Amino acid sequence: MNWIPNIFLRHKLYDDLSEEIRLHIEERAEQLMNEGMSRHEAEQAARRAFGNRTLLEERSREVWQWPTLESIWADLRFAVRQLRKAPGFTFAAILTLALAIGANAVVFGIMDALILRPLHVPQPETLYGTEYGDYSGFQSYPNYLDLRDRNHSFEDLAAFNFVFAGLDTGNDPTAATGYSATGNYFDVLKVQPYLGRFFHAADEHGRNSAPYIVLSYAYWHSRFQDDRGVVGRVVQLDKHPFTVIGVSPPEFRGTLVFASPDFFIPVVNEEQVSGDGILGSRENTHGLFEAFGHLKPGVTPAQAIADVNAVGADLEKTYPSQVSHKPSSLAREGLTSFGRATAAFVGGLMVLAGLILLAACTNLGSLFAAHAADRSREVALRLALGSSRTRILRQLLTEAVLISLAGGALGVLGSVALLRKLSDWTPFPSAPIHLPLNPDARIYGVALVLALISGFLFGIVPVRQVLRANPYEIVKTGANSRLGRRMTLRDALLVVQIAICAVLVTSSMVAVRGLLRSMTVNVGFEPRKAMLLNLNLAMAGYSSDKAPGLERRMIDAVETIPGVEHVGMVNDYPPLVYAAGVRADVFKDETRETKQSNVFATPYRYNVSPGYFDAAGTSLLAGRDFAWRDDKNAPAVAVANKEFAARMFGSVSNAVGRFFRMQDGSRVQVVGVVEDGKYMSLTESQQPAIFLPALRSPNPQASLVVRSNRDPEQLAAAMRRKVSELDAGLPVDIQTWHNMLDVVFFPSRVATMALGILGLMGAMLSITGIFGMAAYSVSKRLRELGIRIALGAQRKEVLQAALGRAVKLLALGSVAGLLLGILASRVLAFIVYQATPRDPLVLSGVVLAMALLGLLATWIPAQRALSVNPLLLLREE
Amino acid sequence: MPVANKPMTVSTPRDLFPGALEMMILESLRRQPAHGYALVQHIQQRSNNLLQVEEGSLYPALQRLLKSKLVKAEWGVSSTNRKVRTYQITAAGLRHLEEQISSFERMFEGIALVLNPGKAATS
Repeated sequence: MNWIPNIFLRHKLYDDLSEEIRLHIEERAEQLMNEGMSRHEAEQAARRAFGNRTLLEERSREVWQWPTLESIWADLRFAVRQLRKAPGFTFAAILTLALAIGANAVVFGIMDALILRPLHVPQPETLYGTEYGDYSGFQSYPNYLDLRDRNHSFEDLAAFNFVFAGLDTGNDPTAATGYSATGNYFDVLKVQPYLGRFFHAADEHGRNSAPYIVLSYAYWHSRFQDDRGVVGRVVQLDKHPFTVIGVSPPEFRGTLVFASPDFFIPVVNEEQVSGDGILGSRENTHGLFEAFGHLKPGVTPAQAIADVNAVGADLEKTYPSQVSHKPSSLAREGLTSFGRATAAFVGGLMVLAGLILLAACTNLGSLFAAHAADRSREVALRLALGSSRTRILRQLLTEAVLISLAGGALGVLGSVALLRKLSDWTPFPSAPIHLPLNPDARIYGVALVLALISGFLFGIVPVRQVLRANPYEIVKTGANSRLGRRMTLRDALLVVQIAICAVLVTSSMVAVRGLLRSMTVNVGFEPRKAMLLNLNLAMAGYSSDKAPGLERRMIDAVETIPGVEHVGMVNDYPPLVYAAGVRADVFKDETRETKQSNVFATPYRYNVSPGYFDAAGTSLLAGRDFAWRDDKNAPAVAVANKEFAARMFGSVSNAVGRFFRMQDGSRVQVVGVVEDGKYMSLTESQQPAIFLPALRSPNPQASLVVRSNRDPEQLAAAMRRKVSELDAGLPVDIQTWHNMLDVVFFPSRVATMALGILGLMGAMLSITGIFGMAAYSVSKRLRELGIRIALGAQRKEVLQAALGRAVKLLALGSVAGLLLGILASRVLAFIVYQATPRDPLVLSGVVLAMALLGLLATWIPAQRALSVNPLLLLREE
Repeated sequence: MPVANKPMTVSTPRDLFPGALEMMILESLRRQPAHGYALVQHIQQRSNNLLQVEEGSLYPALQRLLKSKLVKAEWGVSSTNRKVRTYQITAAGLRHLEEQISSFERMFEGIALVLNPGKAATS
């Protein structure tokens, strides 16, 4: 190919050509003058005889052009000029697309981070975690050992747990979160240390035998400032010495994608930081969080599931009183027990983002169609002047592509900013939860391709319009000759778009309403005006048996603070905090054999001090509260909630004084009944719960509940003083109960936020859509409206003529969208508490919102229609 | 008036079949090199003004011929002392012309047979 010299020669070629043509016309004119014409006439005649000089010159040049690329470049420049001439259209189209693409990129980024991307470990495709009947991986440590040794499917099986501990490098105890992991944890994952070494199965020699700690890269970076000399140093975890042996690599963030630990310790030493040992008790089904491993080559997940179930059934047979096997399955390690909820949530987001994209695309389609109609005169002129239809279509497509690229780029930029923000976001300061978002080129590529496809597809909406255009008709009569009365493609697009937007508005309203309602729902206690003092006495080195004494002294001390009304204590965490409920197996009094198959109910179990119910604001329905005499030496007693009383004994009044049995066979007498509440989540169905005296089961981990009308900050300061008077070395964590509920509200808040944003975007899209349609129809019929006004039409009639169609389409789309939205909201009910679409407030809210949007969007066109001055207008024509 | 005198034969460039203009240009150039204006005059005269070629349409055709190296061009001065760009047919141009003419003749023969039913009715 000789195109390289062509490029350099081209200017000369073009100049030659122009010169040649000029000379040709000159020669012809001279000839004509010789034949007796005037110069002016001769020049005109010569030009006429030559033909369309510009077109012919272009054709001649095209011969030399590297055809596609150069004419595309010309198209591009022309398209930019065209778009600059229509800033309103350009702005609206780019913004529409940017919103939709941005929303999709963000949602896709979240999906990629949580679901698509495997853990950052070697061979993630064969790494599976166990999941039991209730979709959790919890099991006891002895069961895990048996499963590890008896299964034939896994290369090896590791397990881990969460631990919260005070980490002290000298004199600075700070709360940190970590995994306590089985010795083979890192070996199973095949991860190599960044620094130092990891612990191995060979380090485990029984209880508290391996006081080693591995730091995560991020924690090493922030707490130890990348100090390479840290390996070999001894740090204190809850006052127990642990030797730092290594640092994990930066890309490894534990085995749960959204909770990255600060450190790893061997599970055999977990007792030192959590206060209770899990190693020995087979019935502690919440001992280990999750077991996982690589499947052996050739073993399918189905075979492994059968294998795990066989081992479980075997264990149940061997230890009937301690094990009840729930059918298990396997899931990709990383989300396992959270997989379903996450997938449902992200899937829902994807659907909504897709709807936004669809709405934006229909919006784009009608924008392009209106734009093309506005330009029909220009297009007709170009056709009349000899431009080919393909050339004009290519021009339209070039504009569409330009707009999609600009919109896509803008959307991607926005999503980058948002994703960065999201990945830095830690919703709960006290828990290591964050979204592991690492948006990469892949996501942006997908977003841009999406933008191009949508721009391309909907940029060609006006193609038919252009192909059908008859240049002579349009040039003669102007574009408004064809004022169709029937439903056009543009109308249909608008209805679809409004329907989609109404769906989004409906779902966001349902979600917001549900959230508002869940704020005021009765949770069985009063979180307002209650402070929580979270104590971990183990962090200060107190053993379980010493804890109750200090706890009692603390309750007494805090009670003396002026303005404090009630103080009570609950072991671990109170209801709804950190989703930390513990369940107990309970048997009927007449049951003799406490084996798993005889379990009557598994209520939530809380160990509370006397005064807890007053402090929590839980009302006592019957019987009495605990007293300080209900200790180890007194008969076992319990307070039940209404649900438990009703299930176990038929009614509240029946329950007081009756007995039930615990796992160990001991009889417990119900002395009181309290109101029902929520324990794990706001969306749970009513669960049974029992409260036992804390004095009977000492625990160094506890929360003091303090009810007071005082300002929380002042109160917290006073409480801090009291605690340090008792033990200056105790880390103190004080928060309002209300704030602690953030975790419970988190899913519905995130859902509401996401839906709110998407609903807002839907509303914006429908405004631009309706506005475009109304403004367009008014401007097209301006002359007709002028004549109507001149003939004496009233304001109402003018408006009806100008906007009747827009309003009709709006109503049609809204009704369709509302119905669809009601259907869609059923799905919402799973995430957002009490989200019900059959709520008159929501229904009327949606209708009102859509009407307002319509009013807003048609306001300016309506003003324009009303202010038509017939005289001016008719003179203009 | 000379312009008005020309017969109003229906003959826009579009009515020529593709390649016809190029063929006529090459044939003219085979007789003698010429510049654009002279070529137009020549073609119009030779066709007894039956073919009314739009003058400008010559130039895209000339550029195509130039690009495929069937003709070459040179700036010079004409006998009437005008600055002109003179085109000359190349060896490749001559070969191309031969092929074109023979294929055109075959086509013409075919068309004539179809248009002349007396001769075609035998089969």
